[in-house]
Amino acid sequence: MDLTALTECLSSASCMVTQVTSGFIIGMLLFLVAVGLTLIFGVVKIVNFSHGVFYMIGAYVAMTVYQATNSYAAALLGGALGACGVGIIVERFIMRRIYSANVLMQLLVCYALVLIFDDLVKVVWGPEFKAMGMPEAFRVPPLFIFGGVVPPFYLFLIAAALVIAVGLALAINGTRFGKTVRAAAHNPTMVSALGINTGLLFTAVFGLGCLLAGLAGGLAAPVRSLTPGMGFSILIESFIVTVIGGMGSITGALVGALLIGLVRTFGALGFPLFTEALMYMAMAIILIVKPTGLFGREGT
Amino acid sequence: MSRKKLSAISRRSFLKAGAAVAGTVSMPWVASAQAKTIKIGFPTILSGRVAQLGNSSRNSAMMEVEKINAAGGLAGRPIELIARDTKGQPQEAARVARELINTDGCELLIDAEASTGAFAVHEVARDLGILCMHTNSETSSLSADPKLRLPNAFRCARQGVHDSVIGGIYAAEIANAKNLTRWATCSPDYAYGRDTTAEFVGYLKRFAPKVEIITEVWPKIFQPDYTEAITKLIQAKPQALYSCLWGGDLTSFIDQASIYALFSQMQFYAVNMADYTALTAVKNLPPGIHSGNRYIKTFPATPANATWGDAYRAKYGEYPTNWSWQNALCLNFLSEAAKKANSTDGKKLAEVLRGLKINSPFGADGTVTMRAEDQTIVGYAIGWGTTIPKEPYVPEMKTSPWAKVFELEAEWKKQKGYA
Repeated sequence: MDLTALTECLSSASCMVTQVTSGFIIGMLLFLVAVGLTLIFGVVKIVNFSHGVFYMIGAYVAMTVYQATNSYAAALLGGALGACGVGIIVERFIMRRIYSANVLMQLLVCYALVLIFDDLVKVVWGPEFKAMGMPEAFRVPPLFIFGGVVPPFYLFLIAAALVIAVGLALAINGTRFGKTVRAAAHNPTMVSALGINTGLLFTAVFGLGCLLAGLAGGLAAPVRSLTPGMGFSILIESFIVTVIGGMGSITGALVGALLIGLVRTFGALGFPLFTEALMYMAMAIILIVKPTGLFGREGT
Repeated sequence: MSRKKLSAISRRSFLKAGAAVAGTVSMPWVASAQAKTIKIGFPTILSGRVAQLGNSSRNSAMMEVEKINAAGGLAGRPIELIARDTKGQPQEAARVARELINTDGCELLIDAEASTGAFAVHEVARDLGILCMHTNSETSSLSADPKLRLPNAFRCARQGVHDSVIGGIYAAEIANAKNLTRWATCSPDYAYGRDTTAEFVGYLKRFAPKVEIITEVWPKIFQPDYTEAITKLIQAKPQALYSCLWGGDLTSFIDQASIYALFSQMQFYAVNMADYTALTAVKNLPPGIHSGNRYIKTFPATPANATWGDAYRAKYGEYPTNWSWQNALCLNFLSEAAKKANSTDGKKLAEVLRGLKINSPFGADGTVTMRAEDQTIVGYAIGWGTTIPKEPYVPEMKTSPWAKVFELEAEWKKQKGYA
């Protein structure tokens, strides 16, 4: 425990800027994965344990597209669409067969998907780790804001995730598609009775969740080594985020992700050997105080 | 009468046959010893972030196996190398090692695991009594701690304490010259990371007494995100940073730290940087990283080393790694030991291996010795230098004589209660 370092940081503008932005960076990547997870759970009512796979596919496809085009925008688009495409195929041919199955069967199928896709990635890209490298536009010195160090790439990452969060919130709350999604989340039988193709809706929501995970993979690719199985590590934290925020809540995913990001960065200063445990402690406390999560509703 | 005689013979025969069958079934490697081919088990990491190193271990071992088989095999027996993926998980390493011996009938074991799994395989070797050569674990205690020592287990890999002595002397010289007194460390949180860092810091402080460690960060092995570790280092404002992160962990850390311009704010001493895997994986390698030699074909600067590195590259399309030379050397030791013992029996090989000195392209003076007292290699080339982002990557390596390493290692063993 190093409370002196934590106290000094809290009273220093430069340290606060660096740590808060770092917390946002960790949080925003988690948000993009967790929001897909929570969206799928909210509508389809399945806990998608294979969600990390789509983050991995997004990262690998983004790297391949970047190597072919040297364009990071194309890489992000490729990563997101690649994960979305694979997600739609998985939903149409596998997932929809287990929507009404028991949780154990769902868990088994999701775990099988993780193993299959990890091996497929080994076959296509090889078992060794890969690195995409920082895109040319972001190979610039970091910014110094109030003395704190902020890399421009991470500012882009935070901004991109915030835009997606706002766009998603507007789409869910203000569009016909969003209203249908919310209605399906509340009562899918009634939505179906009104003549809406719920099967197609489920596919669209699953695809959207995978697209967001793929986008997170593309955003993470320049700074993380790519390896088969990379999706698993982020999946655990994403589950913590969704549990903290409340299963099915987009706002909850955002708040939960930022909370975890900040716990990690400030925890590393004050409790360097206890940072991982702090995340679980935060989750436990929130579950004790509010068992449905911060923004979760009863019955979801 | 004849019935009585028949009965007596039957009983004895039955007991003898039963004992033979029981012995054979419980020790399949004994049964397979009668076979012509000798199977050597090779548990290593063939998937995940370290797969490239595991593959390079298998490649170099296969390259040497082909040479040995072409020259008549191990004491006349062709080698069949059976490599299996342990996924870098200790429990899997132990399971795979047992399976290789009990199911596949391997008579020798080359444990090409990182330290996380090597200690687990070591216990399998203790349990089954098979000759085991550890080729990739650098954790000093594996061979230095008498409590862990086994007559049938050898280490054919560099050792953390040896690297730390040379690295400590090298870093202290720069620290004294440039007055670098505020240091930080960032190493993986497991036996190898903790031990090697403590050893490096110990020698650094010994030769540069003004040095103080102002902060330490211990990310987990295979951690995907180092942001909190990097920002903690930035806050501490050290003048120099030591790390024994390795493989994909090291390249991830460098990629993430580079965008914080970490390496322009402090000198970076990364013992595991000067390996072709890491050097080529980092897309924008910052110049001026200090590193120990892992495998560089220009160090030792001998034709034999360059030829071996080029031969590997010609065969596999990429340069070898630190794990490559260690596994190649292991096969060289086994080949030489089998010639001297004229046998592939594990106990006879172990007897010959103790104290065996062989000519090697990886030796500081052209030879490497399997030291008898702790059954680990000594005399291999160790150096430290500054990296550049293109070949030869480390233009100049600095080293210290092995006599100095032995002297400081002996002191270290006394301090640790190992001697």
